[in-house]
Amino acid sequence: MIEWTGVILQGVLLGGLYALFAAGLSLIFGVMRLVNIAHGDLIILAAYLGLSTTMMFGVHPFAAALLVLPVMAGIGYVLQRGILNQTLGPDILPPLLVTFGLSVIIQNALLEGYSADPQKLSAGAIETASVSVGSLTVGLLPLLTFGVAVAVIASLQWMFYSTALGRGFRAVSDNQDIAQLMGLNKAHVFGLAMALALAVTGIAGILLGIRTSFDPSIGGGRLIFGFEAVIIGGLGNLWGTLAGGVILGVAQTIGAKIDPGWQVLAGHIAFLVVLAVRPNGLFPRVQH
Amino acid sequence: MKTDITRRRILAGLGATVAAPAILRATRAYAANPTIKVGFVTPSTGPLAGFAEADDYILEGLRAHFAGGITNNGKTYNIEIIKKDSQSNPNRAAEVAAELILSDEVDIITAAATPDTTNPVADQAEINEVPCITTDAPWQPYFFGRGGNPAEGFQYTYHFFWGLEDIIANFTSLWEGSGVAKKVGGLFPNDADGNAWGDADLGLPKPLAAQGFELIDPGRFQPLTDDFSNYISAFKDAGCEIITGVMIPPDFGTFWSQAAQQGFNPKVATIGKALLFPSAIEALGDRGAGLTTEIWWSPNHPFKSSLTGTSAGDLANGFTAATGRPWTQPIGFKHALFEVVADVISRSDDLDDFEANATAIQSTNISTIVGDVNWANGPVPNVSKTPLVSGQWQKDGDGVELVITNNSHAPQIPVGGDLQLLS
Repeated sequence: MIEWTGVILQGVLLGGLYALFAAGLSLIFGVMRLVNIAHGDLIILAAYLGLSTTMMFGVHPFAAALLVLPVMAGIGYVLQRGILNQTLGPDILPPLLVTFGLSVIIQNALLEGYSADPQKLSAGAIETASVSVGSLTVGLLPLLTFGVAVAVIASLQWMFYSTALGRGFRAVSDNQDIAQLMGLNKAHVFGLAMALALAVTGIAGILLGIRTSFDPSIGGGRLIFGFEAVIIGGLGNLWGTLAGGVILGVAQTIGAKIDPGWQVLAGHIAFLVVLAVRPNGLFPRVQH
Repeated sequence: MKTDITRRRILAGLGATVAAPAILRATRAYAANPTIKVGFVTPSTGPLAGFAEADDYILEGLRAHFAGGITNNGKTYNIEIIKKDSQSNPNRAAEVAAELILSDEVDIITAAATPDTTNPVADQAEINEVPCITTDAPWQPYFFGRGGNPAEGFQYTYHFFWGLEDIIANFTSLWEGSGVAKKVGGLFPNDADGNAWGDADLGLPKPLAAQGFELIDPGRFQPLTDDFSNYISAFKDAGCEIITGVMIPPDFGTFWSQAAQQGFNPKVATIGKALLFPSAIEALGDRGAGLTTEIWWSPNHPFKSSLTGTSAGDLANGFTAATGRPWTQPIGFKHALFEVVADVISRSDDLDDFEANATAIQSTNISTIVGDVNWANGPVPNVSKTPLVSGQWQKDGDGVELVITNNSHAPQIPVGGDLQLLS
């Protein structure tokens, strides 16, 4: 029994990481119906920015986040206004292709700049610290990751439903043209949404960089779990994304408990079952 | 003096001017040395780029050395090396190999770094009947991965490196010497390497059991997984003091942090692939020191180049001096690859005949910077084995240094230190 509690607990914590990967995706899909193929590579870009910052100033990776987050947000705003806004329209294919190209460009630029060496953000003792709950041992870092994921999603949710900016997001999401008529600058609102999404990506990148070593090519592999978490939870629903991540994480650790080969498969099966039973996800976006 | 410009003289002059380049070029080409083209496929970019980081340093040295050409049967040939990037992608490797063979019309094609590069290139070479030399991939995935039949072998494609049996022998000797409990936790991913290592008949399980080691193998995980807690609890329950496997650096990084978080502290960790490069060890921080791995080549190997006479140590130091980066194991093999090429070019009976070149490869017998290469002594046709030892990453000032701690399977290579337990 205690063994299974441990398995599920590890799964929940893993879900926090997936939710963090997925939060940015969920946000930009919710606001502008943009599927960002480059999301995984942007997470790795953030990890590399974190690496450069820690190297240059000799600071802890968490302190580096203070610089990485605004930089990522800036990149997001410029990216959206400079490139992605030109591609948005009734057809969803052009933005898909552009972000696919972006993914290739980011990977190769990172390879050129940082080489293929695996890198890691060194966070000191917290990397291996753990807390004991009864006979269970839980890493402090996964616990922190989960806490950050909950905090990020809670603050995004608050921002969405309790601030003027959030109202803007919801307005352009519901109907771009009417929102424009009401005096909202659609291009600017989209830029802000992307900035926010990439700031979240920055957090995910730094936590990923502390958790494991990374190199320019591993971004793509992280994308699939992000997408699955978004879809399981319901498109555009942020709390749903967290739930989706947790379901995915628990399914994976339970699968791995039965046989390690089933770890990834079990996650995909959980995803397929949800897709078959509730094609809109478990908690599709409620109408406001 | 009277200059008379006539129609005839102008025409004659014009004619000479037009004809001159053609005549001059024809005579120059006739006098100059013919060129032998060598194609080289390597993963300059992508996840395997670490294997190729020394390419430019090695090629620069070789081009300087080959500037005078190579003599074959009293005639001097210029050597032109054409490098193409596989982008770490087997399909791309096949594509550039075909390009080298069909449009660059290379005389010999070479490739290095993992079966993802060597196999597609060798397959293209075999189909197109072009002599091919490869290295830097264990021979089983090279030979059996290409559907090789030990009774027949291949006609144009040759490979030199070590094999899985060497890894197993080295790992078990290393563990025997450590004196820890003979319980081994296995981490094998679901990829070509992981399945080969974990294979019940050809992989680690049988030889380990024969030597009294108990292998705990929970199963195959998907590469780039984010959670190893089930492996860790299985290893903990079984009381493993040794862990082994063949992993990519991100997977090992995830496993190693989680193991520490969940209180699993093995005494020896011997992992293939993930721990090859100093950069991967440095990325692990303090917990990178003490890990053990296979060693194919090091600056302390007592070998020297048959081409330039450079010792292993000088080649490695030259790389560090030229690039400011620490030495890595593929450096020696890249150099050795072209040692073999140069040797074949100098010995071939008829350099214009691909069959004669392939025969020359087969009859190779030279001592290179990575050891002897001789295809007559291989475990299967087309494969020649180089010596393999094992060792440990040990702290050296601020950085880490790979120290040979076990040479029981290649006693000619000196040991550099003793194995230290992790905990």
